[in-house]
Amino acid sequence: MSSDVNATHYVAPVHTTTITVDAVKVAAKPSSLWSDAWEDIRRRPTFWISVAIVVVVILMSFAPTLFTRTDPAQCSLDFSNGGPAPGHPFGYTFQGCDIYARIVWGTRISVAVGLLATLIGSVIGLVMGALAGYYGGWLDSVLSRVGDIFFSIPYILAAVVVMTVFAQFRNVLTLSIAIGGFAWASTARVVRAEVLRVRQSDFVTASRALGKSNFGTLISHVIPNAIAPLLVVSTLSLAAAIVAEATLAFLGVGLGDTISWGTEISNAQTSIRVAPMSLIYPSIFLTVTVLAFIMLGELIRDALDPRARAQR
Amino acid sequence: MSDAVQTPLLSIRDLKVAFRGQKTEREVLHGVSLELFAGETLAIVGESGSGKSTTASAIVNLLPGTGHVTGGSIMLDGRELTTLSRPQMERIRGREIGYVPQDPMSNLNPVWSIGFQVKEAVRANGIAHGRHAVRQRAIEVLKQAGLADAERRLHQYPHQFSGGMRQRALISIGLAADPKLLIADEPTSALDVTVQRVILDHMAGLTREKGTSVLLITHDLGLAAERAEKIVVMQQGHIVEAGPSREILENPMHPYTQRLVAAAPSIASKRIQAQAERRGIEHETTLDDVPAVRVRDLTKDYKIRTGGFRSVPFRAVDAVSFDIPKGKTLALVGESGSGKSTVAKMVLKIEDATAGLIEIDGKDSSTLDTREVLALRRRMQPVFQDPYGSLDPLRNIGNTIAEPLEIHEVGDRASRRARVVELLDQVSLPQELTSRYPNELSGGQRQRVAIARALALKPDIVVLDEAVSALDVLVQDQILKLLAELQSELDLTYLFITHDLAVVRVVADDVCVMEKGRVVEHGTVDEIFANPTQEYTQRLLDAIPGAAIPLGGAR
Repeated sequence: MSSDVNATHYVAPVHTTTITVDAVKVAAKPSSLWSDAWEDIRRRPTFWISVAIVVVVILMSFAPTLFTRTDPAQCSLDFSNGGPAPGHPFGYTFQGCDIYARIVWGTRISVAVGLLATLIGSVIGLVMGALAGYYGGWLDSVLSRVGDIFFSIPYILAAVVVMTVFAQFRNVLTLSIAIGGFAWASTARVVRAEVLRVRQSDFVTASRALGKSNFGTLISHVIPNAIAPLLVVSTLSLAAAIVAEATLAFLGVGLGDTISWGTEISNAQTSIRVAPMSLIYPSIFLTVTVLAFIMLGELIRDALDPRARAQR
Repeated sequence: MSDAVQTPLLSIRDLKVAFRGQKTEREVLHGVSLELFAGETLAIVGESGSGKSTTASAIVNLLPGTGHVTGGSIMLDGRELTTLSRPQMERIRGREIGYVPQDPMSNLNPVWSIGFQVKEAVRANGIAHGRHAVRQRAIEVLKQAGLADAERRLHQYPHQFSGGMRQRALISIGLAADPKLLIADEPTSALDVTVQRVILDHMAGLTREKGTSVLLITHDLGLAAERAEKIVVMQQGHIVEAGPSREILENPMHPYTQRLVAAAPSIASKRIQAQAERRGIEHETTLDDVPAVRVRDLTKDYKIRTGGFRSVPFRAVDAVSFDIPKGKTLALVGESGSGKSTVAKMVLKIEDATAGLIEIDGKDSSTLDTREVLALRRRMQPVFQDPYGSLDPLRNIGNTIAEPLEIHEVGDRASRRARVVELLDQVSLPQELTSRYPNELSGGQRQRVAIARALALKPDIVVLDEAVSALDVLVQDQILKLLAELQSELDLTYLFITHDLAVVRVVADDVCVMEKGRVVEHGTVDEIFANPTQEYTQRLLDAIPGAAIPLGGAR
């Protein structure tokens, strides 16, 4: 029986169908990578919090006198392990130095080593990973195995060895090289994986078919599209580098007499039980700084990712 | 259908679905109503973004992300589905509503054997209990879905299955519990046409036998008309037309459906002739004119690694020969794995040939030096399939189109900008797009940009590798017309790679049918379509959905 609704031919009234096929929304606000990312990121409170911390930390490293009048080197055993006093909010170390002043003055070395070691590690990792992933074949095999070798060496151990052997050249740069030069393997792996993914894209093939050189395509199309995970890994390794500097100082192969968060933490070990504050305060500064950089890195990554900025 | 009072198995009334944004709600279904009776097949047809898949996922309450039903009702067998709790809904899924997803490649878990996954479905739906019974049932459903040696296949893993076999496994999972309703969301869109036909035939046979109702979601009007009794056409969350399949196709009433029917390429359609008449006279004067592209005995071997240092050679392309006369279009047709894209890559000099000859304008392209290769690239440009992958997401449209000009150092900044505007105009895009990024454009618009980039250096030869396969019908129709216009305007030679014979009919002059690396048939479009001599070609032609149904409408 076809008396049921089965047979009816329903036609909707013509409503909004007059839209032309695939019309371009010319009126839509044109966007750009950076301004969109800015619009996105400036609404996030975590961004402003981490920016504030990073700004304070950078100010501290460039102009420590803005934060304290006390000379960090002026120590008096009279105050050894003394508690907070007016003008000395965190109290004194075992040697009778002002903890707050030493933290403020120590920022410079910690941040400098952190940034420099990260830069060195990221650049090596980017170059190795990009070449291995893009060219493949024997180059990939060789570079990946080299990366594996570096990956298998604990970089703290390697840095300890380097710093011991080249004891007479201890400065910020060599320390950064010692840390960054052994910490690039994981960066290289991440970059290689991302380059392998991007290399498959049609726009890479298109660029080569247009006549662009292989290397030119790598530089102008592959690396920019593979850089996002590198940003995240870099912020994480920035934190790791600051910690590594502290660890090396703690082990006694750091920058010796200079003041840094690491040396502060290291020196505090002798008096942890009597005066825990000399350990806790520098550790708090270290942790908060590291967290701020990690948060900032993740936010920037999210904001710049074109895949996250879908059509609106 | 003898009872006077018939209640529909599935009845959707005024269904509204919205997605929650950060502050606002965006409604994507604006009141959809449809009815599906027992044993019937109903197809929902629409382009991407029409809401057809959203409707399907709303029925089984598996809306992605923040999607939720904001109004209306969904009744299955007299039971309201929209108000069911999650455990209640879980009992319905699988048992009463089976679901066959679109992509057979990603919908099976690669770390579990096929048998495990089918058994899991059997067990979850409580059809059989006990190891032995579950196993028996799993074998039974796999056999029903057309996997003959199911016992042996049970232990195999998804990567050992071809696309068609995987889809059979998914169908058997969907039908494991003998559901009353089967929702098939583009079940064969990812498969080759000939495989598609076999799978759909089988699914139709199974559901007819068991009396299962089928809700078929598809973008292909021809396929819908062939497989379903009723069609519902959706556009932007509205139903624009609904009724018996044949009537919709032969007598579309709504302007949108009319356009859709008109745009669908089929065997019956004709070659698109651009307004500018072919300037044939210029070419016919010289009969011994050198073809733009001449390919002779082109062969490509790949090494397949078999573990360790051993490898077996695999012949992807086997002695392929063809000519493309200047200003003409040659289509290379074949299923996946036929080697057609490899031929394109070798012609483009992205891959090297193992043996054979490629001549561009009578010049052997394998003996060129670097400078000559660069010159060749100026004259020969590609357009790729995936409009989402072929544009660098970090470059704006202006820079993307200008890139070839920069590489070949054509003109200065100002003249390049002017050329970009001119090119955008040629592909009918507004010049405001220069500062936009690819993610702001639709698939069709991206493909236009890709075409503009390919045309930037004024090439003579354009290699189109599945250039319209990923596009919706109406957009595809537009792009094909654009390509035809550009061809007659700029006297372009096209090498058109596609799996879709219906598209070939519309754009090509000559066809090469490829199977397993060989050209099995070669001729003009009219010859091949009128009397194919090869059985394989015939099968490809038969597999075009809706081939037998005359299309009404404007064409």
